[in-house]
Amino acid sequence: MPEQNSNKNEWPLWEVFIRSKAGLDHKHAGSLHAIDAQMAIENARDVYTRRMEGVSIWVVESKHVHASDPDSSGAMFDPANDKIYRHPTFYDLPDELTHM
Amino acid sequence: MTVRDFQQAFDEKIDREIAIEPRDWMPDNYRKTLIRQISQHAHSEIVGMLPEGNWITRAPSLRRKAVLLAKVQDEAGHGLYLYSAAETLGITRDEMYEQLHTGKAKYSSIFNYPTTSWADMGAIGWLVDGAAIMNQVALCRTSYGPYARAMVRICKEESFHQRQGYEILLQMSKGTEIQRKMVQDSINRWWWPSLMMFGPSDDNSPNTEQSMRWRVKRFTNDELRQRFVDVTVEQCNILGMKLPDPDLKWNEERGHYDFGEINWEEFWNVVNGNGPCNKERLEARTKAWENGQWVRDAALAYSEKRKQRAKSDTKAA
Repeated sequence: MPEQNSNKNEWPLWEVFIRSKAGLDHKHAGSLHAIDAQMAIENARDVYTRRMEGVSIWVVESKHVHASDPDSSGAMFDPANDKIYRHPTFYDLPDELTHM
Repeated sequence: MTVRDFQQAFDEKIDREIAIEPRDWMPDNYRKTLIRQISQHAHSEIVGMLPEGNWITRAPSLRRKAVLLAKVQDEAGHGLYLYSAAETLGITRDEMYEQLHTGKAKYSSIFNYPTTSWADMGAIGWLVDGAAIMNQVALCRTSYGPYARAMVRICKEESFHQRQGYEILLQMSKGTEIQRKMVQDSINRWWWPSLMMFGPSDDNSPNTEQSMRWRVKRFTNDELRQRFVDVTVEQCNILGMKLPDPDLKWNEERGHYDFGEINWEEFWNVVNGNGPCNKERLEARTKAWENGQWVRDAALAYSEKRKQRAKSDTKAA
């Protein structure tokens, strides 16, 4: 997450995650400013669910989100690059084989 | 990696249509251009609430009032999506407000025109939101991820704005002679400013080339303006009204409507602060911000108090 320029009077930034319906994951919807968690949830309802987009809201103060470094994402995700045998399509099996 | 390597990696991403995300390396000017464009866009949503807010208490029915309230609330929401997209580029919300309130930042000139009749609520929805949608649909594929995502959300919501506006005009155009006159008068006043919303013509828009290269912009101002004219003419015919342009006619060869010259002197005048309502809009906005200061202070004090109390509770335990 980007570092906020420190401004003492600006309310903290929160990341908002919304579950669109029961059975699905919470998904990042956006961010907003609020003084505390309760206000963040109420504001998130008004800003991100005006058309029934959600049945549940999570908010996390942005400063608590830790992220991988995009500049080293090459090395970071490299271990998976050469392991195509992890995918089912890697295996050469006869066409008549079914239920597999 | 050297700056040149970073630049090359950035250019490659742009060429391969890979979105740029907040923590990715980006050229300073790309960042600056986006901060300017996204914050102006956010300011436009926020100031855009004022001309319509003017009519909420005088909406002709409860249905119209509920719709107008919902629309104005959407504009506030759109401003918030865009402010937080701009913040991912390293500018704070307060800095952006400061730029708006001191007149340093611009917002769309269209909101510096007055809303003098109820028909204006129709014309704004149909023409102003229509022009905005034309622009915003193109921005859904802009190269900066958070901006594109905000645009997708906004476009989903804007469609109702345009349709409710058209419905207002359609209903009035089937009404009395006076109502039909109101509709035509409103179209006469909003048509040209709506065309100006697409910005200066391509040969007078120095930033266009770079923005197209960065895929911040996908189409030029003139391309989008032409597209808007082409779709709007037919919509106007259905209303049984006329667009106020004697030069407007179908050009078989081009496959587009030709239209008259925009009054660019008026455009630059309004951009530079001399439109009919520039002063009034900024004053209303600044007043709202200042009058809300005690609420922000109280919320801050309340949260401090709760933190202190939580601390002393832990100590006592």
